[in-house]
Amino acid sequence: MTGDTPLISARSLGAVFDVSKPWLNRMLAMESKRFLTAVDTVDFDIPKGKTFALVGESGSGKSTIGRMIVGLQKPTSGQVLIDGEDFFAIKDQKRKLAMRRRIQMIFQSPYASLNPRWRVRHIIGEPIRAFELMPASEVDKRVAELLDQVGLAKSDGEKFPHEFSGGQRQRIAIARALASNPEFIVCDEPTSALDVSVQSQVLNLMKTLQRELGLTYLFISHDLSVIRYMADEIGVLYLGRLVEVADRDSLFENPRHPYTRMLMDAAPHIDAFGRTAEIVSGEIPDPINKPSGCSFHPRCTLTEDRCRQERPAVREFDNGKAKVACHLCTA
Amino acid sequence: MSDTPLLKVSDLIVEFPTRNGVLRPVDRVGFEVRAGEILGLVGESGAGKSMCGSAIIGLIDRPGRISGGEIHLDGERIDNLPEERMRRIRGKKIAMVFQDPLTSLNPLMTVGQQLIQTIRTHLPLSQNDARAKAIALLEEVGIPAAATRIDAYPHQFSGGMRQRVVISLALAAEPELIIADEPTTALDVSVQAQIMALLKRLCRERGTAVILITHDMGVIAETTDRVAVLYAGRIAEIGPTRNVLSAPSHPYTVGLMASTPSTTGSLQTLSQIPGSMPNLRAIPKGCAFNQRCTKAISACFNDIPVLEPVNGSEVACWLYDPAYKQIEKEISGASE
Repeated sequence: MTGDTPLISARSLGAVFDVSKPWLNRMLAMESKRFLTAVDTVDFDIPKGKTFALVGESGSGKSTIGRMIVGLQKPTSGQVLIDGEDFFAIKDQKRKLAMRRRIQMIFQSPYASLNPRWRVRHIIGEPIRAFELMPASEVDKRVAELLDQVGLAKSDGEKFPHEFSGGQRQRIAIARALASNPEFIVCDEPTSALDVSVQSQVLNLMKTLQRELGLTYLFISHDLSVIRYMADEIGVLYLGRLVEVADRDSLFENPRHPYTRMLMDAAPHIDAFGRTAEIVSGEIPDPINKPSGCSFHPRCTLTEDRCRQERPAVREFDNGKAKVACHLCTA
Repeated sequence: MSDTPLLKVSDLIVEFPTRNGVLRPVDRVGFEVRAGEILGLVGESGAGKSMCGSAIIGLIDRPGRISGGEIHLDGERIDNLPEERMRRIRGKKIAMVFQDPLTSLNPLMTVGQQLIQTIRTHLPLSQNDARAKAIALLEEVGIPAAATRIDAYPHQFSGGMRQRVVISLALAAEPELIIADEPTTALDVSVQAQIMALLKRLCRERGTAVILITHDMGVIAETTDRVAVLYAGRIAEIGPTRNVLSAPSHPYTVGLMASTPSTTGSLQTLSQIPGSMPNLRAIPKGCAFNQRCTKAISACFNDIPVLEPVNGSEVACWLYDPAYKQIEKEISGASE
């Protein structure tokens, strides 16, 4: 791998869902087909060993992007490049499997993502067996090692998921993700089902593992404070489009897109006693009938005629440290 | 704000008899709420915060029951009222807003029908007057074109608008106290900010008291006047919000604040509280936090601490006990 190729790249990634009613209903109601653009020409790169975070409200397409990156869902347009190679273009099944081993995922709910009828050692060992990484006799030893790595005891391997608390279950999910020695992990809201005191345990564990194993993360969350703690670079999504991509310090010190500023203002601050956040009118619009021009214009306080008509292109600021899709952004 | 509290909860105990013994999700909880005040109940899952709310409004599911303590509203004891009397207080004097607006609205009735029904149950108004009041309520909670939207069904509203409808329902009979149980947890941050601003405005304009139940320290900081931090069914610390959050005294509150990431301030490694909240079946003897506390002393493992005034708040922790302070002083004196 050359130093220049990012480990993971999304190239004008798009996902369109057909949400039409069945044919007969459509004919009776004289309706045309309806499409939902969940992800719209999304571009980003993740360098090896770094964390790229996607933040956005519900319906912004962040989970869909995560699913496309791990290969759970085929993009309608665009490419996912892993080490410069288009994942969905690989025809050779063996090579595809080898590629899959390098990518893992941690899901939001550790209650739904662990099979309740399997013992923990079986759950954690599954990727090892699925990818045939080592002889069966050595799997147990590796599982014990993984349990230790995420702060659980070897004896915990004999238990079932229901015997653990939410935070411990998420540790099990992390151990399972690590089992195939991946280089890249997509973390989809990994702590939003957890309590604060447990959340910090899991976040710290993920950071330690990243340092020790040189992992690369795509971190998906709606919580800006968690994102700030975890990410090197952040992409802000609104209705399927990246409206701003910037490195952490640049984004938090100088948010450029009006939507980013709104998100930051609306997030409750633990030290802002009695503050009333500046009210943004409205909610996320219907993603099937997106507003014309810039999707954010109906809620934006700066809207001009141009924003209603013309879709803003992505422009670079601060020597390429920030990329913003807004007509009005100047610096 | 008057001096006599609107709501006074003292030594409240809620118990659930089960096959494996009696569980106590709420254990000797006491607090007061004044008119126009917003009190926050904060805690992690299983801390007993929702159970406190259900106990006040008299909606604890059987076989659970209030087995100790008293609840007074406007000086009247309400925890032992017969169901028929309680039903008249519920909705009229105390209203509740739940987490998920979709499950707390009837999907088969228009929001207007639900509002008019609630209004006419509690107030002597004609159908037409009730409808006019319903429209006024929807306008007050910020629903555009209320006069036409009143005939829409809940599914025709967005999440934030639905929660506004639920709040208008809660306000329908002009209650003195609203219990809001995680009212914005299911909503996006931008909509959460709208709903919180609405609650604050209503509370100020109408002098309605609010008990806000949440796990979000940010929401607590921005919205509440006073806050009670719950842990394993007991109050660990209670006091003015600014006091409790910026200068926490109980080791649990200290740990909670230090483990909450923030969008401003330091980026150093988050501190973490080891372990997790004890199961209700296995609450340790003494202070419930003793297993996870780094400062625990022998007293913590033997006796349950009670709330004592510390730095303008009240804290249930043996470390602030005068006797412990005395011993500590003697030890440090002896070592010098």
